[in-house]
Amino acid sequence: MIRLVLPAALLATGFALAADIPANERRSGFDFMSSSTQQMQRDDTLNPAMLWVAEGEAQWSEAPAAAAKSCASCHGDAVGSMRGVAARYPAFDERRQKPVDLQQRINLCRETHQQQPALAAESRPLLGLAAYIGLQSRGLPVSPPQDARLQPARSRGAALFNTAMGQLNFSCAQCHNDNWGHRLAGSPIPQAHPTGYPIYRLEWQGMGSLQRRLRNCMTGVRAEPLPYGADELVELELYLNSRAAGMTVETPAVRP
Amino acid sequence: MVRALINCPKTAKKGEVIEIKTLISHVMETGYRPGADGKVVPRDILRRFTCRYAGQEVFSADLFPAVAANPFISFTTVATASGTLSFTWDGDNGFTQTETVAITVT
Amino acid sequence: MNRLQVTRRTALIGSMSAASLLVLRPAAFATPTELAGAIAEFTGNQPVQRGRITLDLSPLVENGNSVSVSVKDDSPMTQQDHVTAIALFTEQNPQPNVIIARLGPRAGRAFLNTRMRLATSQKVVAVAGFSDGTFWSDQVEVIVTLAACVE
Ligand code: HEC
Ligand code: HEC
Repeated sequence: MIRLVLPAALLATGFALAADIPANERRSGFDFMSSSTQQMQRDDTLNPAMLWVAEGEAQWSEAPAAAAKSCASCHGDAVGSMRGVAARYPAFDERRQKPVDLQQRINLCRETHQQQPALAAESRPLLGLAAYIGLQSRGLPVSPPQDARLQPARSRGAALFNTAMGQLNFSCAQCHNDNWGHRLAGSPIPQAHPTGYPIYRLEWQGMGSLQRRLRNCMTGVRAEPLPYGADELVELELYLNSRAAGMTVETPAVRP
Repeated sequence: MVRALINCPKTAKKGEVIEIKTLISHVMETGYRPGADGKVVPRDILRRFTCRYAGQEVFSADLFPAVAANPFISFTTVATASGTLSFTWDGDNGFTQTETVAITVT
Repeated sequence: MNRLQVTRRTALIGSMSAASLLVLRPAAFATPTELAGAIAEFTGNQPVQRGRITLDLSPLVENGNSVSVSVKDDSPMTQQDHVTAIALFTEQNPQPNVIIARLGPRAGRAFLNTRMRLATSQKVVAVAGFSDGTFWSDQVEVIVTLAACVE
């Protein structure tokens, strides 16, 4: 399988591309939603994502097997120990020597520290834990790590963001940098900031990860979506996080 | 699995009208939707919701497939006396779930 | 092959689901007569008057999978004068019924808030039954726009 052939010029510019949205014009997907969907996110008692958060909270202190430790027995109270953690993922993982996103990080703990099989992508328990940990960063600024080892992957993510793909031959940037605010089949095109994940999406009638959202956009341009866990998806996540640096974490957000 | 969330004040004054909000995890499969294999996915919905205050029914609802997934229902009741409010959802395939919350009325 | 190119499989799935939408969905829509029938069943064939109650939902909906809808009335909710039931109906979902709530003086207020599905742009009707045996209604025409990038 041939990987994408990236224009050398794009790679050379790193992740600050010419057509990037100026910092003062950046807006969360929240701003593009109707007031009733905004209300659903603003009020936790209306937000169905809180069902997943509650499950994640319960799992945090449950041992997954008799011999295994719970998350809480190593990390203590998530309210303190997980504060700000989601805001800086994806981050570089020493063991794997590559960037991992928050859900992969959770699964690394499952495998190495709990000796349990990894939780399946998009499963309730994995989304629940990610939402519960994500909630501990709500209101904090997105803070991508200043880690030089992430740079090559972040640049690849930036390049992919600017690469035309699929039958429609559209790049992410063409929609999200050049045409945000315009409507596509009735829906406004947002700026693609990853500030609310995992989200409760009305279209899904459930909770889903950023990778699921990115795969939806690939299907939207009639490209075959990258498989869950693909390095390219993590690289896109890395780039999106740096593009949204300083914006406010909203997890768990609601989106149409 | 945590299935339901109830938002209800823990304390209220006697005679006060309180608002209760409920959320429950449920797919609410309509029975009208074709699955990946082209066959219609069988219906699997919640059919009834009941709220009892100290054992006495104060609000109930019959639900149909047009209620959104992860049903949200909000209504009001008069705080009459300290006691327990119970919330029961019954549905297809033998589904039943009851949650209770305590309220102190002064 | 380039991983991000469209494949025969995704193209086929795309056209298949479009076709099944065309065949399955319109055939399953309720009709105005079914709507009238469902309302008549709820009221026990009593006449329904327009007014009194307020149906509140946004006339422009982003996604028909989950639409916030509330019904209220300023009934005093006393033993003598109260709302006994609130129901919601649609004209073009596969089935006209949405929810039928039963309440009484112990509710304190005549109020219901829930979230419903709308298969397409259409009329939503709320009907409430009162303790004096009368039925009152309100209705809203809703336009549904759907998400652009779906699975
Ligand atoms: C043809 C236009 C188009 C292209 C190309 C596109 N998207 Fe999107 N994207 C959208 C629209 C429209 C939405 C809003 C949701 C909807 O209605 O589907 C969206 C939503 C998103 C969101 C969610 C933002 C939020 O607030 O939660 C992210 C993230 C995203 N896109 C990333 C990407 C990435 C990465 C790519 C390239 C792989 C991409 N998109 C390609 C149109 C596009
Ligand atoms: C036996 C102890 C242990 C258990 C049990 C454990 N972890 Fe960890 N966790 C660690 C250690 C140690 C690290 C630091 C990275 C490493 O060495 O793997 C870590 C790192 C993390 C991080 C990244 C923190 C950061 O600041 O970047 C997250 C998130 C996390 N764990 C979540 C979980 C979750 C969720 C569970 C339960 C499913 C869990 N952990 C269970 C020991 C544990």
